[in-house]
Amino acid sequence: MVENTFRCEQVWREVSNYIDGEVDAALRSSMDEHFRTCKRCASVLAGTRNVVQLYGDERMLDVPAGFSRRLEKRLENRLTHDSAVKGSRWSSWSAWLVPVAAMALIAGGLLLTNNLTHWHFVRSQHAEPAYKIPPDLVVVVSDGAKLFHVPGCPFIHDKASERTMTAKEAMQEGYVPCTRCLRQYLKTGMSGHSATEVAEGGRVEEEEREETLSVAGH
Amino acid sequence: MSEPTMTLTNPTHDAAREQDLILQVQRGQSELFYELVRPYERRVYAAALAILRNEQDAEDTAQEAMLKAFANIRQFRAEARFSTWLIQITVNQALMRRRRERTVPMEGLDNRRDVSDNENEYAPRDFADWREIPSEALERKEVRQRLAEALATLDRKYREVFVLRDMEHLNIQETAEALGITVASVKTRLLRARLMLRDLLAAGWEQGWFSRLPFEKGNKPW
Repeated sequence: MVENTFRCEQVWREVSNYIDGEVDAALRSSMDEHFRTCKRCASVLAGTRNVVQLYGDERMLDVPAGFSRRLEKRLENRLTHDSAVKGSRWSSWSAWLVPVAAMALIAGGLLLTNNLTHWHFVRSQHAEPAYKIPPDLVVVVSDGAKLFHVPGCPFIHDKASERTMTAKEAMQEGYVPCTRCLRQYLKTGMSGHSATEVAEGGRVEEEEREETLSVAGH
Repeated sequence: MSEPTMTLTNPTHDAAREQDLILQVQRGQSELFYELVRPYERRVYAAALAILRNEQDAEDTAQEAMLKAFANIRQFRAEARFSTWLIQITVNQALMRRRRERTVPMEGLDNRRDVSDNENEYAPRDFADWREIPSEALERKEVRQRLAEALATLDRKYREVFVLRDMEHLNIQETAEALGITVASVKTRLLRARLMLRDLLAAGWEQGWFSRLPFEKGNKPW
């Protein structure tokens, strides 16, 4: 076995990729040849395959007794609650709906006229305005997210719904710059960080993480 | 309602029916949501448990993930697998819960030391030849329990990747995205998880806890 030691180590490093079909043809061929002559590595391969097979079996996934019943109950409660909320909202507001809607339409029309050219709203509670960001910079936004990013930023939420636009357009739509990939355009990114800023940054990062982790369609 | 059978997913639960259910729920037939997610409830629970390591937290998180999926069902788009979307929501919920509550037990010293190890350098320690494991072995609760215990000994970062990849059957890319790590890290951690489990189970194999079944105990090849 001594003369095989180096090759065995190579095989061990690749055995998982081999099982997943993630090695190229040349490496696969070399490994096949090695497995024919090295019982230790053949044993490693067989055992690793067994691990994948055993744990991949649906019977390995068990739930506590009553899990399904409790889940169904909670979903039912949610549906019941949603229905009740919708019903009560309608009954309590229906009497006021017509005059309020009329007023809202008038007020909305006025607001829209006033804000048509400067329709800014900050979507993120901890957002920072951009500072000297090139208006024609190509950025990426996505559904359900608050931030805009440079293309390829790892913190883009829901990549499947990516849309490209200019930074100016993104800001007009209410998006704010990602504090990671566009940090140089944030005021905090251009100077030293005070304790407050760091704390605030921590919250922004948490928010970004939450955003990255939040539900997204794919 | 009766408890589900041991089978995780209904073999007859075909993609067309699932797609139809999704559309109906998206159009407002909320009462069909449970029928839609029921085939995946075990996977959702397992994903949460892999991250939280606490049954009650895992169940709560699984329920919250289902509710979140329900609340956001209109955002789901057909180009993704529904199961993957659901698992990713669950992983997100579990990770957020872990960060907020810090309820996960501390990892053992040995496991924590692994964090700084070179992940490429794990070498198999046991070469017992357990080539043939009949799937009937999993009918025994004792065997499933042993496998679960072995999995629980893995360091968190290996366990999470292994569960998502080999038990939830997410692909490498999906696993990387769900955990917020690189594809290369997924591959490295997966290799190590598989080899460590193999070593752990090979030892159990030699101690005979598979041995009530009629398959042959392997021989040391050297």
